[in-house]
Amino acid sequence: MTTASEPVLSVRELTAVFDLPSGPATAVDSVSFDIAAGETLGLVGESGSGKSVTALSIVRLLRAPGRMSGGHVRFKDVDLRTLSEPQMRAVRGRQIGFVFQEPMTALDPVYTVGAQIGEALRVHGLAHGAAARARALELLEAVRIPNAGVRLDDYPHQLSGGMRQRVCIAIAIACRPQLLIADEPTTALDVTIQAEILDLLREMRRSLGLAMLLITHDLGVIAETADRVAVMYAGRIVEQGPVRDVLRDPQHPYTRGLLTSLPGSGRGGRLQPIDGAVPMLGAFPSGCTFHPRCPDRLDVCDSAVPGPVRTSPERMVRCFLHDARYGHAAPTAAVSSDDDGAR
Amino acid sequence: MPLPQRQSPLTMMALVEIDRLTKQFTRGGGLLGHRTTVSAVDDVSFSIDAGETFGLVGESGSGKTTTGRCVLRLIEPTSGSVRFAGEDMLAFAPERLRAARRDMQIVFQDPYASLNPRMRAREIVEEPLIIHRLGSRSERRERAAELFHLVGLDAAHLERYPHQFSGGQRQRIGLARALALHPKFVVLDEPVSALDVSVQAQVVNLLLDLQSRLQLTYLFIAHDLRLVEHICRRVAVMYRGRIVEMGQTAAIFAAPRHPYTRTLLSAVPQLDPDLRPARAPLDPSTFDQRANLREVGTGHFAAV
Repeated sequence: MTTASEPVLSVRELTAVFDLPSGPATAVDSVSFDIAAGETLGLVGESGSGKSVTALSIVRLLRAPGRMSGGHVRFKDVDLRTLSEPQMRAVRGRQIGFVFQEPMTALDPVYTVGAQIGEALRVHGLAHGAAARARALELLEAVRIPNAGVRLDDYPHQLSGGMRQRVCIAIAIACRPQLLIADEPTTALDVTIQAEILDLLREMRRSLGLAMLLITHDLGVIAETADRVAVMYAGRIVEQGPVRDVLRDPQHPYTRGLLTSLPGSGRGGRLQPIDGAVPMLGAFPSGCTFHPRCPDRLDVCDSAVPGPVRTSPERMVRCFLHDARYGHAAPTAAVSSDDDGAR
Repeated sequence: MPLPQRQSPLTMMALVEIDRLTKQFTRGGGLLGHRTTVSAVDDVSFSIDAGETFGLVGESGSGKTTTGRCVLRLIEPTSGSVRFAGEDMLAFAPERLRAARRDMQIVFQDPYASLNPRMRAREIVEEPLIIHRLGSRSERRERAAELFHLVGLDAAHLERYPHQFSGGQRQRIGLARALALHPKFVVLDEPVSALDVSVQAQVVNLLLDLQSRLQLTYLFIAHDLRLVEHICRRVAVMYRGRIVEMGQTAAIFAAPRHPYTRTLLSAVPQLDPDLRPARAPLDPSTFDQRANLREVGTGHFAAV
């Protein structure tokens, strides 16, 4: 979506480091993106890419040895880094909702579903007692839990994984947040349940006008759910743009490799993997962190960090192949498209 | 190669035949509880041809993993039969079973949990040889190096511990161990599910290469339907302990006949954003869950 409205969330140059025994290691490096109301940004990456650290940094939940070391996070008109901890607590859960991968660990096993939804409302002073219970019932119905009236008094272990995740979504939207952060919300679920939860998230975004940050390792989930995608690799966003454009015409060699390594329509035969392994935190390569695995690397790639190159009004790629000084792939076309009326 | 080499007869015949396999678990029966019996695997029959990759798909609780383990008698089936190369596995006495296990191996999903963190990679790979008392110490070392090479690892790293390898490398170690005894048949239980996407394809390619080089037969248990579609010649779809559809992968993916198969396939996220699939939600009341498989096309069976 490209509305002219102010973004709900605006992240600029977010950088996070982990203080390891061997010294500080950059886990997230200069990450920037915006999310508008009603829009879903998919943040896709493999293990250690920094996608979850980015999310935790945004809401200031990154714990030692990790810490956000630079950049800005603007939520509506507020710079979240300037808030006191009590002020921040009023934002978390109230204006920014969360859904995590493991609904069983996100829920408290000793409280009923109704009590946990009610608590979210009570903590933020939105409803108490019978009103909280009535609102909890309304929320369970909104996330389409059958027999919501009965389920209100169930404990988490009495629910299936998919139902638990629906409860987590009910809690996340209980205070009518403007932003929902969903970190691998369907990874622990079966594929048919995943489909239901993704449908539900789409519906919630539409009906509540939510801005959504969807973190996943699954490009299929991105394709079905997100409007725009940011691809992360070893701490950096290497490519960002509308989902359709990025999946149809990936501009970064990593995105391309990720797509071609998936089993496609061709049956049998070998797949096309990316060589090498995902680097571990503390051992990120110099220059472009993807260069040791990159089939198209240039001489410059192991020493210099590629800056963001705008290849269209809506697309960005961090790759020297698209930098007019080094690349010979498509860069000039991309730069000139800005000048010949594409705007 | 001093270790005994055995011929694997590659004829187009069934290597593994599973007939009416059932595994019931009993739970409860404590102080006040009632004993209840659950059929994790319920009257399952299929056969795997020598040299083929047979896929077993289904969601958690469908019984696919239990089926895989019953086939190897890692879990004792309640009833039914498992024939391997024509012989009834379930009739084997312990000694005979141990010998037979050399022909059949398993690779587990989690390369982190399935390798003993206190053993060196070499010890992990050599262990099956020691258990089956094969080869001298130096022969075993030689075989470990050979296996490392076979799965694309550097033999210089044999003395390392599991945590010093990446997830993909660890899965290669698990595979080297599984191949140590020259098996004919390998159960692959979600072998790439725990790996990063960019590494999954490397391991899949290795599995394909090894299959053609060593004439292996695979039972491939997975929930990733795109991958199953890619590498399995035939597939069985399990739902609540039963096979509800079985046949050529291409035929089933093109035209699923059972409502559950339709639901499952329609839930797979498509990579093309313009291809929002028409979901086919499952309504269990619309079909007979006890229906038997019947042939609905050439070699295509569905419980409808």
